[in-house]
Parts: sequence; C-alpha cells; structure tokens
Amino acid sequence: MKTVRFLITGVGGQGTILASDIIAEVGLRLGYDAKKSDILGLAVRGGSVVSHVIWGENVRAPMIDKGTADCYLSFEWLEGLRHLGYTHKNTLVFANDWRIDPVSVSSGAAVYPSVDSIRAAMREHCACLHEIPATSLAVSMGNSRVFNSVIIGGLARFAGGDPEVWRSVVTDRVPAKVREVNAQAFDKGFRYAFPA
Amino acid sequence: MKELLSGNEALARGALEAGIEISCGYPGTPSSEILENVSKYKEIYSEWSVNEKVAMDAAAGAAYSGRRALVTTKQVGMNVMSDSLFYTAYTGAEAALVVITADDPGLFSSQNEQDNRHYAKLGKFPMLEPANSQECKDFMLEAVAMSEMFDTPVVIRTTMRTSHSKSVVELGEPAVYGRGVSPFPRNVEKYNCMCTWARQRHYILEDRLRALAAWSNTWSGNRIEWGTRAYGFIAGGILYEYVKQVFPEASLLKLGMCYPLPEKLIREFAEGVEKVIVVEELDPFIEEQVRAMGIHARGKDIFSLCGELLPEDIAASCRKAGILKGEAPAVKDYAAGLPLRSPLLCAGCPHRSTFYTLSLLGLPVAGDIGCYNLGTLPPFNAQHTMGAMGASVGVLHGMGLSGLREHAVCTIGDGTFFHSGVAPLLNMVHNKGKGTVIIMDNRTTAMTGHQDNPGIEATLSLGRVTPVDIPTLCRACGVEKVVSVNAFNLAEVRRGLEECVAYGGVSVLITRGDCVFVSRNPQPACAVDHSKCIACGKCIQSGCPSVVLSDEINPKNGKRKARIDSVTCVGCGICAQICPAHAISEPEA
Repeated sequence: MKTVRFLITGVGGQGTILASDIIAEVGLRLGYDAKKSDILGLAVRGGSVVSHVIWGENVRAPMIDKGTADCYLSFEWLEGLRHLGYTHKNTLVFANDWRIDPVSVSSGAAVYPSVDSIRAAMREHCACLHEIPATSLAVSMGNSRVFNSVIIGGLARFAGGDPEVWRSVVTDRVPAKVREVNAQAFDKGFRYAFPA
Repeated sequence: MKELLSGNEALARGALEAGIEISCGYPGTPSSEILENVSKYKEIYSEWSVNEKVAMDAAAGAAYSGRRALVTTKQVGMNVMSDSLFYTAYTGAEAALVVITADDPGLFSSQNEQDNRHYAKLGKFPMLEPANSQECKDFMLEAVAMSEMFDTPVVIRTTMRTSHSKSVVELGEPAVYGRGVSPFPRNVEKYNCMCTWARQRHYILEDRLRALAAWSNTWSGNRIEWGTRAYGFIAGGILYEYVKQVFPEASLLKLGMCYPLPEKLIREFAEGVEKVIVVEELDPFIEEQVRAMGIHARGKDIFSLCGELLPEDIAASCRKAGILKGEAPAVKDYAAGLPLRSPLLCAGCPHRSTFYTLSLLGLPVAGDIGCYNLGTLPPFNAQHTMGAMGASVGVLHGMGLSGLREHAVCTIGDGTFFHSGVAPLLNMVHNKGKGTVIIMDNRTTAMTGHQDNPGIEATLSLGRVTPVDIPTLCRACGVEKVVSVNAFNLAEVRRGLEECVAYGGVSVLITRGDCVFVSRNPQPACAVDHSKCIACGKCIQSGCPSVVLSDEINPKNGKRKARIDSVTCVGCGICAQICPAHAISEPEA
C-alpha cells in the first residue's frame, strides 16, 4: 500500500482543518491507516494554519517531513508560498486563486508578493500546478464557505480512490443544512477543467 | 468500531470506558479539549474549576469518597496543581485518581518550555506517556487500574502532538464503576498528612515505588521490539512513532511509563544491542536514569534540549552523529521575508479600547495570560511584562513598592482574575500597595476556547448558576476605588482610567464588554466616508483586522485613506470613536 502525504495550508477560519479531517477520513474509508496533525500558531482567528494528513499501510508520525508532500493544497496564495518547502518536483499542487491580506499588508507595513510571482515559484518548484478559482466558484453558488469542497472535489479526481467515497465523506462531515450545496461544490471541483 | 480521534478526544473516551465519575480541570492549550469532550458524556460530572490546584483538591476529595476522579491541566498548570498533587501521592485514595498533563514542547502556547516528566520523580508517582490516540484511550484504562492497584495517583503526560493529532482508535464499551459513595473514611493516619503520620506514609510511598518499578518490567506498555542490533533506541510517547519511522529496522525499547523505569527490561535491552541511544524531547529525563543504572547511553549529546524533536530533526541529528547514513534531502525555505500573519485582537474585541487608551497614556503596564497579551504587540505596544497566570497583580504591587515616578497599572482578564488574581489583590490592599488593576471582563475564558468561570451564569455540567459580581468581589477585598466602564465606549474607558490613575492607592478599573464569541451579536458594518477621511491613520492604530488602507490618497499628505472590510466588521464602533474627522459611520443602535 502506497503512502500518500498531504499538506494543507491556509488562513484561520478558511476551513483547512475540516478539509484535512475529511481527507484523513477518506483515507480511512479507502482502507488505509490514516493520521493527521494541525498547526495553529497561537490558535487565534486569522493566523496561518497548516494541516498534515498521511495515508499508508501503517502510519507512524502524524506529520510529514519537508520536501515530501505528494499533494499540496494551497487555500490562499501567500500561505501556499510560505510552506512550499514541503513540496517536491512531483507534488500535485492545488492552488485556490484567492488572496487574503494579512494586517501587516493591509496596514501598509509589508508588501504582498505578486500572485504571478507565487505562481511562478510553484511552477518552478513543482511540475504540476492545478489552479482553481474555488472561492469565486463558491461565491457564484451563493456560499463562499463551500470553496473547500470545490478544492476537495478537484483533489478527488487526481488523488485516487473511489470519487463516491470522497463525496460521501464530504456530505457526512458538513452540517445537514449545507449538505446539498457542499455536494454541488464537490461536483463542481471534480468536473472543473483545470487549465493545462 | 474504529474512529479517527485526536489524543484529547481519545483520553475523554478512555475516561468513559474506564468508569471515571468526576472530572475537574482548568482550560489551557493543548489540554482543553479533554474535559470539553468528557462533558459530552452525561455519565460523568465535569467542571471547569477556578484553577488547577482547586481542581486537584476536588478530585482528591471525590476519590477519597470512593469516586473515580480525573484532573486535566496544561503543562504550566501543573505548577499550580503540584502543591495538591504531591500530598495525594502520600495519601492515595479509595478510588482511582488520574491526572492528565498536556505538555507543550515547541512552545505553541506557553510561557516556558518545561518538561513535566520531572514531576513524577519529584512527587513520587507513576507517569504514563501514550504514543498515539489508541494509547491515549488505552492508558486511561491502565491508569485507573494502576491507581487502584497501587493506591497512588497516576499521571498521564501527553504533548501537543499526541493531544492534537488524530489517529485511528478502536472504541470499547463504556464502563460504569458504580461502587457509589461509601461512608467517608475516617482514616486520619492515611488521609491527614500531619507530619507524624506523613513521616510513616513516606516509607509506604517508597515501598510502593519499588513495587511499581518491579511490576513495570512486565507491564504491557513497556516492551522490546528487537531488530538490528548495532543501535538500540529507547523512546516513549510519540517519540516511539518517530523512531519507528526514521529507523524502521532498528531494535527499540518502547517505554509507556517514564517513571518509575523498568530496570530489568532496560538491562536486557542494553545487553542485546551494541549502542543504546535515548530519544526524548526536552530534558534527558530517561537518559539520566538509564546512565545512573551504569548503562552507557547516549542522548542529549546528539539531540537538542529545546523544542520539538520531529522525525526530520531526529534524522538530521543522527546524520550529524554518523548514526544515519545518506544525504539529507535539500529543502528550500520559502517563508523567509514573507509578510507575517500575526494573531490579532478580533474585530469587535472589547479589549481594543483599553489598549488604544493605554498606548496613548504610555503608562508602565504589567500584563497577564490571555488574549489581552496581544496588547503587547503593534500597533499598541502597550504592555511590558507577562509571566504566569495572575502574576500581573503581584508584579504591579512590586512596581508600586519600588517608588516608580509613574503610576503603574496591570491588565488581567476575568478568567485569570478568578484563577489567581484575587489573592494578590487582597495582598495589595492589606499591604497598602499602589496601582491600578484593570480587570478586562469579556465574560469568558476566551483564549483557550471560551470556557466558563465564576463570573459566568452557566457551568459545564450544571446549566445556569448565579454569577459572581466582580465589582462586589473587589470591594469585599477592601478596594475602595472600584470603577466599572463599558469597554465599547472609548471616552468612558479613558475617563475611568484617568480617575483610577489620579487615585493614590489601590484602584480597580473593570472594563466590561462581551467577547465577540460570547454575544455573537454582529451589528451592521461601519463605513468610511472618503470625502471626510483625512488619512491620518489613527483608526489603523486601533489594530482592528477590519480597518485597512484603501487605494484612495489624500492629496494633502499623500497618505492612503482608510477602508472598512464590510465582511469582517461587526460594527463595534471603536474606530468611529477614534476618528478625529468623524469620517466613520457607526451603525445605528
């Protein structure tokens, strides 16, 4: 059984932890052993968040080494760049086309790197960058919060395993009243035609 | 049934399966979720006690009465708890007494990086270290059995990684202990630690430790996994998993109990391998004990004394020491130089007005533990010390004694004030101190996840209760100058603070306003009228994540005008009160 290592980066409040819970649960349902670990900084809203998920035969540490991620999910450009050291040449990168300015930037104390330079760094470091306007797609569906289901849908197409398993974990893990919209978001991501 | 559980969720599940009946604790990262999850089981009484020592005493009283009891704490809470934990090592109890300390190597949320394993040796009780969530659950059951078998408190030590990471757990059946309460034991020679009796109990304690050590050689939590013999690794807790990952072929002695150690098993292991290497985070706690057995073991000459010891750190240190062959993978660091995403007081935080005012007045400020320590950071830079829970009030007293020319103040939250701020306030009054204690009452224990405290009208298990009134409490402590203000009224906060500063002796200013997570009552967002905004930047100094710079420039000073993010703004109106040009509209009441 092959080991699959995921790294999910984003901003507190974006739902990265729920996404990593879902990915870990999918692994379990696909018959893998699975572990996960989240790093929350000072655990305050709006900080940088990193989650590690590992599927495997017999997973030991709940976090991955730098340079070893098989799948890298970037929920926000700056955070995607910050932790890019976890990837390698063959990492599948899924990047949400979304920018959230930290206060250091919005107050004028620091400069947000251009999104094009972040794209270039991701392309330079990893052969395979899948960019998806997940937040915009979610907004067009009337619920910006379901963007992580869009990304998970996109991931499901490439990461392997029965897509129905992925889809059912997503719908099981979200509150009943937003189940339908999350299922639609998942489908939207799954069918999204990634630019080459 | 199998489930993915965090270590903390698994410990709570273990409490249910072990028949724990009464659980007490004080919130603190990374331990808080244990009791939160225990409280979901209606079979178990749970409470947030006022502090860790009180939680320990309450658990002791319950265990003396025949109830299986559990106490939870974060690593530094153990310092507060230890005073009471230590006497229970002398007394034992009528039913199981289990303590969980969730430590924080790597300092994700603590003020110092202490290794709580030392407490086991100092206080003379067994300590268990689970390696994953399954063991978190299993060791709860083991701890209860061990506690009753040896008549001793048993401590389970986790780290942030074991507590917060998730792994697969096979669930068992809930247990009902059901022995029920018995007549309270009038056994003073056991339960009253008067020196004459404690002297005798010390002999019993040492005998018990010897018996435990002998027994631990055959306990299933300690085991040898033979592999290649060139190096034999000794590891406990989650380090066991890390070593298995980095050295999958090597011989490994897994220690589920770090004190007392299974000497016979360790000797057998050491004789079976060429070199013994102890892999442990922080202090050489196991290494020193192994070396004291006369076994040549290496450890801290290879691994750091500071921070977490992740698999990649273990690999790097072992490469350096020639224990692991091969090149380290090249890793590029992209994080250097990027804009930081620092934590901030939330939009709508009631603490903002106080720190804005303090930053204008420039007073020396002793700080305390909670969200409000963010007042130390830019843009406020308004707070100058922080050490331990409740320390601000005592530090303020010392500043007052020192004859400073400035009037000093301290800040302390409602939860922290109840935890350990009342006694130092009494001390200030009794010893005729000088200074202003600002109690920032946001009506919750916010930073650890919004737990209750005596100022709140609800508890974990009981539902509604009568809250303690902080101004009345302060007056009862003998404080003559007590001023209460609305934290969302900037002018009122300023007036209150000036009134307290002008008063000579001990004064208390209570700034009251609900944490945004408590009231969850967002008002319409504020908005900036760009025709009035003069781009002075004062609202940016409020440090609110919703107040940002716009792209519009004031041609007079060339600076960018302000803008308010309507998605995140909750309409608290502090920025509108700060604005000298009246350019920010406050939502209508």
